[in-house]
Amino acid sequence: MSPRGTIHPDAAGAALVAASTPTQRPRDARLLAMDGTGSMSIVPRREWTSLVRSGDVVVANDAATLPASLVSHHLRTGARVEVRLAARRTLEPTDLVFDAVLFGEGDHRTRTEERAGPPSMRAGDLLALEGSPLVFTVIETLEHPRFVRISFEGAHGVFWSELARLGRPVQYAHVPEALALWDVWTVIAGPAVAFEPPSAGFVLDWAGLAAIRARGASFATLTHAAGLSSTGDPALDARLPLDEAYRIPLRTTRLVLDARARGGRVIAIGTTVVRALEHAASSLRDASTRRGALADVADQRIGRDSALRVVEVIVSGTHEPGTSHRELLRAFAPDALLAEVDARLAEERFRTHEFGDSVWIESGARLGSGSARDLGDASVTPRTA
Amino acid sequence: MTSTNVEEMDNEATELRALAGLRVVVTGGTSGLGLALVRALRASGAEVAFVARTRERVIAVAEETGAIGIVADVADKDDIHRIALQVGASVGASGAIDLLVNNASSLGPVPLRPLGDTDCEDLEAALAANLLGPFRLTKALLGPLAAAARESAPSVVLNVSSDAATSAYAEWGAYGASKAALAHLSAIWSLELAGERVRVLSLDPGDMDTPLHELALPGSDRASLKRPVDAARALLRAVIAARGEVRS
Repeated sequence: MSPRGTIHPDAAGAALVAASTPTQRPRDARLLAMDGTGSMSIVPRREWTSLVRSGDVVVANDAATLPASLVSHHLRTGARVEVRLAARRTLEPTDLVFDAVLFGEGDHRTRTEERAGPPSMRAGDLLALEGSPLVFTVIETLEHPRFVRISFEGAHGVFWSELARLGRPVQYAHVPEALALWDVWTVIAGPAVAFEPPSAGFVLDWAGLAAIRARGASFATLTHAAGLSSTGDPALDARLPLDEAYRIPLRTTRLVLDARARGGRVIAIGTTVVRALEHAASSLRDASTRRGALADVADQRIGRDSALRVVEVIVSGTHEPGTSHRELLRAFAPDALLAEVDARLAEERFRTHEFGDSVWIESGARLGSGSARDLGDASVTPRTA
Repeated sequence: MTSTNVEEMDNEATELRALAGLRVVVTGGTSGLGLALVRALRASGAEVAFVARTRERVIAVAEETGAIGIVADVADKDDIHRIALQVGASVGASGAIDLLVNNASSLGPVPLRPLGDTDCEDLEAALAANLLGPFRLTKALLGPLAAAARESAPSVVLNVSSDAATSAYAEWGAYGASKAALAHLSAIWSLELAGERVRVLSLDPGDMDTPLHELALPGSDRASLKRPVDAARALLRAVIAARGEVRS
């Protein structure tokens, strides 16, 4: 593996390869790093912490992944329906209102693009889990035949024990092996609020966290309810990312502000961390003076025209152009440079999707010391744009 | 830290009030020492989730103590993340955990018997309950334990040990070997997690008047045995000492 190389313009035909084995940290995983000048290098991913510098703060999403796929029966028609929990506007375990994507007959071995739709849904319809007393009520349909808001009215303890017993993590057609919860939980996983894994966090391990400390950098977490990343339906996918609740602990807020004030970099492990920190950008300073966590719902989109106010580096999986994750990278680097990254990833046959290889992308605008006061100025792109 | 007789710590006059508000998980919480721990922790104002296998007993202890009951078997690999999921849902949005007590134990085959008469499957079952279960559950909850330690005082994993972990007793092979392995695992993990401020303790509560003891040594003089409630208090004082500071 060459530590540094050049882009070959004749890379046409090369492509990313789908990572089909649910191994979070394969020994041969690679990371393509692009610094603020656009210079690229490829390193073994297990050495990614060598890119961290003294004074930096590394922020990761500690959300555990829900077993969000549930087999149910639509009681009005008797049809079998896969309920795929997709989003929620709160992190509170007692609040059980979810947005869900519904699928008809078939299972994950069929590409979601080819899955049958559910029967027509109406408010008040009931979706009963197979082999369980757990019943969801459809509150409303969300302007799409597959997309509904549902609630569970019973005791929340029953919900969580039945979800634990019967739910399965969202499965992928490109991963033949059935995924268990341990396949999709990062090593730091805590609150079970993500609907798909915050998979950039698969780079993390405990030895790496110790290495970050040893380099004089800090490690901090936030919790972000990562929503479904793909539905297979173009109209629904165009609405991604869905609104996502997040919570930033006080310690994390303070470490982020400290790093910026002292010229360190805020390194986000994954798009969800970028979305939460940038959504909270205007509130961080206030929050740091209060006791307690900062909790809100991220409803913005981040893309080419977004000014990043907090995060300087993103560590992410490799994503195909057009996906919402890939769109977010456009806030970090000009399209021309990202095109070079894409070409290089394809040429080097990087693996993509949840269990694939990674990128490290530094934003071009280097923020110097004292820049923390910038937090009150620029604004993120509203989601409705 | 190696196995320690907690009686040595009894004189540390620390109030259990320091446990108020802590988020705690106890395995094997419906009988013996585990039940005494759940009761003492709840009386101290801790938020407790406990795990045990028998649904009826879980419901009864949950109703009695106000703790969150989780029906699961720590010896079953498939149950570990189900436990972690429900623990996460029981501690609120922070998801942090201050104390994990790996208390659930299996004696191995009973009546106790020499190793030569112990089936391989019985040794495997003892290792699953006494070694792999605590290893897996600790690993699954390491994120929440480290999160609590980052936010406030050090968090603690307490692995309940036995003098059978350090002394060789005839006919205690499956239990003793699995507890010895757990004690060594604890010692290594304690070193490795120091940087995360997660303390790992392996403590021997002493011989107690519990169903497990009766199963191992039927007909013992119960008056000579420690009451589980006293052993629980001693263990919790050790936990407070390990956290190194008292929450106000």
